[in-house]
Amino acid sequence: MRSLPVLPMPAPEPPTAARYSRREVVVMGLFALAATAAESGCAVDKRALDAFVQQHFRDLSPEELKQRLAQMEKRYTEEYGKNVRVSATPPIPGVLYGYALDLSRCIGCRKCVYACVDENNQSRDPQTHWITVLEMDKEHGVDLLRANAFYDHETVPAPGKFYMPVQCQQCDNPPCVKVCPVEATWREPDGIVVIDYDWCIGCRCCVTACPYGARHFNWTKPGLPADQVNPNTEYLGNRPRPRGVVEKCTFCIQRVRNGRYPACVEICPVGARKFGNLLDPEGEIRYIIENKRVFILKEELNTQPKFFYYYGL
Amino acid sequence: MSVIRKVGNFVTGTARMAFLGGNAAYYLWLLFLAALIVQGLFAYAHQAERGLISTNMRDSVSWGFYIGNFTFLVGVAAAAVLLVIPAYVYDWKPIKEVVLFGELLAVAAIVMCLGFVLVDMGRPDRFWHLIPGLGRMNLPSSILAWDALVLNAYLVVNLVVASHLVYCAYYRIPYNKKIVVPLVILSIPMAVSIHTVTAFLYNGMTARPYWNSAILAPRFLASAFCSGPALLLILFQILRKVSAFEIKDEAIHKVAELMAYAMGLNLFLFGAELFKEYYSHTHHIVHYDYLLRGLNGQPSPIALYAWMSLAFSVISFLLFLIPKTRRLPLTMNIGCVLIYTSVYIEKGIALIIPGYTPDTLGQIYQYIPSATEVRVAAGVFGIGFLLFTLMVKVSVAILFEGRSHATVAGRDAMLAPAS
Repeated sequence: MRSLPVLPMPAPEPPTAARYSRREVVVMGLFALAATAAESGCAVDKRALDAFVQQHFRDLSPEELKQRLAQMEKRYTEEYGKNVRVSATPPIPGVLYGYALDLSRCIGCRKCVYACVDENNQSRDPQTHWITVLEMDKEHGVDLLRANAFYDHETVPAPGKFYMPVQCQQCDNPPCVKVCPVEATWREPDGIVVIDYDWCIGCRCCVTACPYGARHFNWTKPGLPADQVNPNTEYLGNRPRPRGVVEKCTFCIQRVRNGRYPACVEICPVGARKFGNLLDPEGEIRYIIENKRVFILKEELNTQPKFFYYYGL
Repeated sequence: MSVIRKVGNFVTGTARMAFLGGNAAYYLWLLFLAALIVQGLFAYAHQAERGLISTNMRDSVSWGFYIGNFTFLVGVAAAAVLLVIPAYVYDWKPIKEVVLFGELLAVAAIVMCLGFVLVDMGRPDRFWHLIPGLGRMNLPSSILAWDALVLNAYLVVNLVVASHLVYCAYYRIPYNKKIVVPLVILSIPMAVSIHTVTAFLYNGMTARPYWNSAILAPRFLASAFCSGPALLLILFQILRKVSAFEIKDEAIHKVAELMAYAMGLNLFLFGAELFKEYYSHTHHIVHYDYLLRGLNGQPSPIALYAWMSLAFSVISFLLFLIPKTRRLPLTMNIGCVLIYTSVYIEKGIALIIPGYTPDTLGQIYQYIPSATEVRVAAGVFGIGFLLFTLMVKVSVAILFEGRSHATVAGRDAMLAPAS
């Protein structure tokens, strides 16, 4: 079985001349007045105004994106006192990410939960977890109504129990994307469902639409201590999030687009987590799907997850 | 007179009518609404400072009291205008006035709806992302995007008709039938559409079996046809007492009769829902169990309200069905209050919370609104009722008390120092 290969990156697109879209012109016009008022008045908060008229990620020209990334790096570096890098790594052509989780191996230790928190700069206070580990009775099998996400034992696994970690299933037919009123979330060509934190309005339709409890809202400013910040970040991934927007698992987009495994795969002490390219016929994921007893969660909803549960033993 | 001066005169004239010449009860009412608004602003400031964590909503129950109120008020806005149909069919005497008050109520209700959406948003500063042309609306797939579109269009149509009618009456000129009649007719399917789209907002959430029922939109319309007219019936009686507004008793009784049919339909649809859930007895039953009883031996904090709402529905249905009690003012008004309360609980509490409990991973978070949520909601209601009160005051003054640009001008002349 092969590990995920490091594939060559596509050549960067040639920069185009900066143009203003109609939207930009109108929005800037609308708020130019406010800007003038602010500038002529007391302290100028140009940054706040910039944030207010911030464009959608997919409307940014390569030039604007570069500027935007530089601005973000400066801001986060100031805020957290360390050299934070923000990239916008493009998807790798010919790759569709798939995930497999071995229910017969998982012991419910929650190491993946906290590796994810550390890697992806989730809020420590209040706690935000992109992975929820459910404890269920072996006697009843997979039954969400009998699941307990808040188990607390001296040691795991508890007798008679088994464990089912749930995170974003990176659906091919994602209900969260369908319901978003402002196109703040979408499915990337490599199958990862991402969110533009600078465009999300915080209506929480997607939180309601997701059948897997995978979307999490920042009910207050995320508590991210400076000494715990992971400085290697992605625009559409683990960069520090503002208050009032939704976030979710991105299969560690900042890692996997650079040929690395997601943090949860790397940390798992029992090897229950497998990750790879679904389009690679020789890959581990394809082997599991073709040879193991595999199922997907809530198949009847036709969300077409790329997250497969299986019984490896 | 130039148009600008005419409009300016209209604004100042109607402002005088709105704020001057009321009795003590009127000013007390305004004071009460102002107090509601002020305390709501304080609560909202608290929420704006801390974030939505000052509500009791969490990832498990991610919509709550705000969106419940929003849903209820969409129903009020829709039904207020749908009253045009019986007014026309039964040829009630002051049909223009019934239409006007319905539209004013619709305007106030939609303003409250938008208020509730705004206070519920994580990023109200990004509201412009929802404006067509400026933002990026996810059409045709997002129901919330459609909802924003139809609600704003409905607000504009009702605002145009109502302000045109009042403006023309103010200057004692005939209103433009070529504009008003088509817009009123257009507002009828629009009223149906705003509540249908709002029902689809829930209906389209496949992950939530509690809402995934084809009769959700019909249930929304049936219950709205109870709560909207309940408000208007009380308003018509008050106006009849304190102003020259006239409406035939038969018209009021007819509305009450129609409400009985709507409530009957609403109860029937709810019964059909209960049959399906309890007879099939699938896993999806848990949401109805949470609504009516509780889960895992724990009593549900909303069950009491759910039963109250059901009892009020049945009682008011009987009160409005029996001709004697729907004609007697006392029992009719009790019926109106019961219906309004019942539908308010149904939309505000019984619709949303059980849909989220248990959540998609089977976890139970028992949501009840926080004090901040209740206070902010009271503030939004204060704004809506204040707007409605002022608009009704002006309309009554112009339509029934003989006030117009001439009397306002005359009053100005009298107040002006003698030359």
